[in-house]
Parts: sequence; structure tokens; C-alpha cells
Amino acid sequence: MISFKLTEEQEVVREAMHDFAKSAVRPIARECDEAAKLPDAFLGQAAELGLISTQLPEAFGGGGETRSPITNSIVAEELAWGDATLAISMLAPAAFAFAVADQGTEEQKRELLPRFCADVPAAAAIAFVEPSPIFDALLPRCVAEPKGQGFVLSGVKSFVPLGDRASHFLIVARNNGGLDAFVVPRDAEGLSISAPEKNLGLRALPTATLTLERVALPGSARLGGAAGCDVRRLLNHSRAALASVMVGLSRAVLDYAVPYAKDRVAFGEAIAQKQSIAFRLADMHIETEASRWLAWKAASELEKGLDATRAAHQARSYAAEKSMWIADQGVQVLGGHGFIREHPVEMWYRNARTLGVLEGTVAL
Amino acid sequence: MIDFELSNKDREVLDKLREEALVARRYARFYDENEHEFPPDELPEAAQFPSIFQLLAGRTNQDSGMGVMTMLISMAQTWGDYSVRMRRGKGGLGNAALRAAGSPEQWKQWEGLTLAMAITEPGCGSDPSRVQTTAVLDGDEWVLNGEKIFVTTGCRAEGVVVWATIDKSAGRGGIKSFLVEKGTPGFIVAHKEKKLGIRADDTAAYVFKDCRIPRSNLLGGNESIPKGSSGGFKDVMKTFNMTRPAVSAIGLGMAEAALDFTREQLAKAGVVIEYGHGLHGQTAVAEKFLRLEALYEAAKLTILRAAWLADGGKPNNLESSVCKAKTGAAVREITQGCIEILGPMGVSREHLLEKWFRDVRITDIYEGTGEMQRMITARALLGYTRAELN
Repeated sequence: MISFKLTEEQEVVREAMHDFAKSAVRPIARECDEAAKLPDAFLGQAAELGLISTQLPEAFGGGGETRSPITNSIVAEELAWGDATLAISMLAPAAFAFAVADQGTEEQKRELLPRFCADVPAAAAIAFVEPSPIFDALLPRCVAEPKGQGFVLSGVKSFVPLGDRASHFLIVARNNGGLDAFVVPRDAEGLSISAPEKNLGLRALPTATLTLERVALPGSARLGGAAGCDVRRLLNHSRAALASVMVGLSRAVLDYAVPYAKDRVAFGEAIAQKQSIAFRLADMHIETEASRWLAWKAASELEKGLDATRAAHQARSYAAEKSMWIADQGVQVLGGHGFIREHPVEMWYRNARTLGVLEGTVAL
Repeated sequence: MIDFELSNKDREVLDKLREEALVARRYARFYDENEHEFPPDELPEAAQFPSIFQLLAGRTNQDSGMGVMTMLISMAQTWGDYSVRMRRGKGGLGNAALRAAGSPEQWKQWEGLTLAMAITEPGCGSDPSRVQTTAVLDGDEWVLNGEKIFVTTGCRAEGVVVWATIDKSAGRGGIKSFLVEKGTPGFIVAHKEKKLGIRADDTAAYVFKDCRIPRSNLLGGNESIPKGSSGGFKDVMKTFNMTRPAVSAIGLGMAEAALDFTREQLAKAGVVIEYGHGLHGQTAVAEKFLRLEALYEAAKLTILRAAWLADGGKPNNLESSVCKAKTGAAVREITQGCIEILGPMGVSREHLLEKWFRDVRITDIYEGTGEMQRMITARALLGYTRAELN
């Protein structure tokens, strides 16, 4: 049954997340970007929201609520409306924790999930992206060779979020023609973690390059144990989440550009009264809406346990293209003010371009 | 709860309609190339297919709302062909206006007739306040004079809702709509228009020459001329809140047909469309196809959104314009892109792709051009009146 109706609970969550984004995220976004630094105090505040822990099983200290990709999509949009960078820093551990909860063995859940339910939750991340010009998430170069009961991992991962502090990484690698994900602790021998990368956008998000030189892992490091895991499902969750982040960013740009255009006067009237600006704003609104429905569709398929490959791909690729276009148009509407760092639009422009190259960073 | 999955019942209905649509498609080329002919009210194969009412019987509140379902039905039908249907339903745009603005007595009298709607004139399109056709009260009769063009279902309709001014100096406030039955002296169907696409469709031009109708035929019955610029005009404009999603759905069904045809041809050529790998590493052709397909899905969801709001009794004026603007542009890009992908096969009249390319072009024009939809969207977004943004 086709429906766009949020549940009452989702309405409440949306409002709460919007308030948080408005009061705790947006006000510090510029400062974090300038300093290229993620404040610990902010992560503490974010942890209190319990975004991850509430949806982990009670047996591991979680809230025992069913994981809801739709609710998480709404959360991601609101947080990213505040700031995409800070949203991703909050949601990156979810990609790891939900992957373990969804596809891990009992042993992996017992060992790893309580860390995300602690007072100071763990930082952890999925490492999907590789520094290759034609990177394809399903054709990683990183490889796992079976050795004895375990595996040896070799390869390079880049743009790994929270690389400076994550206690564990979930490394996606080829394994015997298939794909697998491996839990690798930060101190694993053979794993070297670069200094924080310096990026065009999402500057406050500490990302790292991980170099794996014959990292020896026990068999129990393979997500899902002997059965392995469905890496495509990880990817689908991630693409849907990235789409929601992009929708939040698009909406932020539009919400900023509209009052600016009404306020700015040229040749005797507000520039918003000129069709070239008004129609541009209309198109920005239209594409934000269309992107959101695609993100919701993917989230809804994930929530129902359907194969969301097509919907997640469409949501991500469409939202990526449109959020970049919207941020670009936002800069244009503000003109010179879109270019100077007094306004957030130039930051959003850089962030949109950066978001568009990510895979696996966050999850619903 | 947010949900984009059809119920089994709705899926069955739509699958059945797609079977019908494929039969209708066999006739598509004939009526495209024989513009003076009208497709029959029923195709010869109709006996093999249940009516829409039979198909829809037994739906419950576990199925999608009727507005949403109507959009999906339109998409399924035009996926076969724009103009050819297994059975032609009664009713036209004028019936929608009758439901939106007519009095209960008028409903009773007129609802059984297929009513076209005549707004556009040789010198007036998107701005109906420029209507030149006049209605002058003479005793207990209105006397109509003027010309109307682009009247959809105009030849076939049994009557028409025609827009005319009762006072040119009053601008939009002077515009009223009138019910006129075919056969009324002075009401002349001048000709069927010749068009780029949707050629089998019935698009007429009318002339009214001292055409006299009863005073009670003024739609809604309100003869007063409101001060300012809206009034009865607004009621009639309400008609367009569901017709914008409806014509969007009609266009999108054809764009979907174009995508399906292109996918089949690509498969024959060994190009497989795969979603897991993303856009990197795809061939240019596959990447283009993936983009067009996402664009199709985006437009579809804006249509369903507008219809879903209407099903819930919520205002959808903004969303109707959003979906119309989005779809009008999307169907052009999709059909143009499919032709680009298939090259000479795309322009050959051996196949229907070139026809779909012509047929969808109207989507961004009728029921308000893409520009008008952006105007409405922008006014809502900016909180501007007509005077502030025009």
C-alpha cells in the first residue's frame, strides 16, 4: 500500500532531531570546519541521543527496539540539515554496529555490541572506499587470503571515518572470488593508520587511510563467521543513508537561499521576485522532494527486508547528483556571499561534492 | 507507515491492465499514422478482458488510496498507448470541473455526459484571465461568442464546460464557466487539430456564434463579479489539483515504455543493467540508462506523493505543481535519452520509441506549462502573491 505517512513516533523523532540539529549541530558546524576538528564534547552530547544503542538488542545492553531504516532515514536527514559532516561523524559507528547486529555471529555480537551501549560509546567504522580512480564498491582490491583457520588481509582503504579514534574497523575485502567483511581491531599487527586526511569537504570528519600489510586475523574475525556476510546488503544500507544525508544538505541550502533571495534587493525588487531566481529555487525544492522520496523508498524496502539494491542505488546516485546541483545553485543565488566563508553555503558546496564520492560510510 | 510496496490485489489489477495495454499497443501505430481516424470505444479483444470496475471490486483499506491507484492505472494504460484503450471510459476534464464547482442540480443534470473543457483560445493559454470569449445575459439566456482551441476530447464529448467573460473590465473576476450541450445552435466543432504527437487523441477547435444557453447553465450558479481578482475563478482552478498529477502519470507511462524497450534492446546487444556496482566502471550507455531510470522513479514518486495527499483530504496544490514540473521535464529527457542510446533504431518508425518521444512532449505543456508550475511552486515556497511574483 503506497503511503508517505510517518508514524506518530517518527514525527516525534523528526521534531526532536530537528531541534538537536538546530541547537547543537548547526551553531558549531562552521567552527568545526575551520578547525578541521571534531569536538569530543559534541560526540558526548550526540551519544546521549542513543541513536545506535536504542536499536541494539537488550541482551547486549541496548534498548531492544527494532532497527528501523525509515526512522533512521528521517534522523539522518534532520542531522544533516544541521551539518552533514557532524551527521556522518555521529552515524559512522552505526554502520559498524548495525552490520554486526544484523550479520554478525553470536560471539561477534557479544564481544562488540556492548561497546556501543556504554556511557561513552565506541567509535568504529566500515572501511569500504579505496584510493582508486575507478573505485567500485563491489570490486575492492583489498584481498583476504585464507591461511590455516584464519585470514591474511592486504590492501589499502581510504576515507575511513573516525580513523583517528575508531577502536575497530570493518574491512571489506575480496575473499576467494566473493566478498567479505572483517573485524579488525585498531592495534592489529600490520595495520597502519595515517594521520587524518585533508579533504575538500566534510573537513571536521577525521578520515584516515588504512594500510593493511599482511594483517593476520583469526577465522572469527570474518563477519558472520563461516557463513560470511552479505556485503551488498551493507552497501544498500549505506547508500540509502548517504541519500538521506544528501537530502538534509539540500534542504539546508534551500532553507538558507530562500530568505536570502527575499531579502536581497536588486533593481528595485527582491531577487526572489525575478523568475530566473524564483524558478531556480522552485527546481531546488522539486529535486529535494524527489530525492527524499527515493531515499524513503530505499529505506522502506530495507525495513521490509526486500532486496533494495536498485532502490538504494537510485536514491544515492540521484540524491548525489541533485544535492551537488542544489549546493551549486545555492552558491549562485548568494553570488559573492555564496563564495565567502561568512555564509555556510560554500561549505555545503564542498560537502556536497565530497559526499558524492563516498560508499559505506554510514548506514540506516 | 511509509510504504512503497503495492498490495497483492493492486499488483494483480495493474498486471492485468498491462496485459490489456500490450493489446492496445498493437493499434498504436495505425492510429498515429491515420490521424483522422478515432480509436474505437472498445477494441475487438475487449470481451477477453474484465472491465476496470470488475478488476477494482473487492479492494479494501489495505490497498492504496484511490487517487494513488488512479495514477498507477493511468501509467499502466499509457504504457500501452496514449490514445488507444481496451475500452474508452466516459468523462472528460469538464466532468472534473463539474464535480469541483457545479451545484447539486447541475451534477444531476450533467454528470452522465462526457464533458470537455474549453479554456484555451488562439490568443490565450496559460493566463486564462485573457479569455476573449464573451457571455452576455439576454433575458433568461446567456449568449456566447468566441473561439476555443486545443479542446481535449472535444470531438467526442457530449457537452463542454466553456470559459467566457461576462465583464472584460473585471479581469479574472469576470471569468465564468458555462455548460453547453453539443447540438446547441451556434456551437460549432470547427476541426480536429493536427499535432506532433498523441495524434489519435481527440483535440478539437470550437466556434461559438450567438450560441444561446439557459441562464442556469452557469457552472456553480454565481453571477456576481467579485471585487479584486479571484472569486469563482478559484473554484474552477481547483479542478487542476488532481489533473496535474493525472497528466503527469499519463506522460510517465509512455516514458516507462521507452525505458523498457531500451532495456530490452540493450539486453539483446549484451548490455546488462546492474545496480550494485554504482555508476563507476559502467559503460557510458549503461550509465546513461541508469540515470534515466532513476529520473523516471523520482518523477513517479512526486506524482504518487501529490495523489496520496489528495487521498488523505490534504491540500496538494504545491505538490501537484511539483510533480507536473518534474514529470514534464523528466519524460522529455527520458525519451530523448533513449533515442540517443539506441541511435537509428530510436528514430525509425519501425518501432514505437520515436512515437513515444513525440507523444510525451505535450506533458510539459498542457494543464499548465513547466514554467507555470515553477511559478506556482516558487510562489508557495517564497510566500509570494501573484502580484509579487509573476
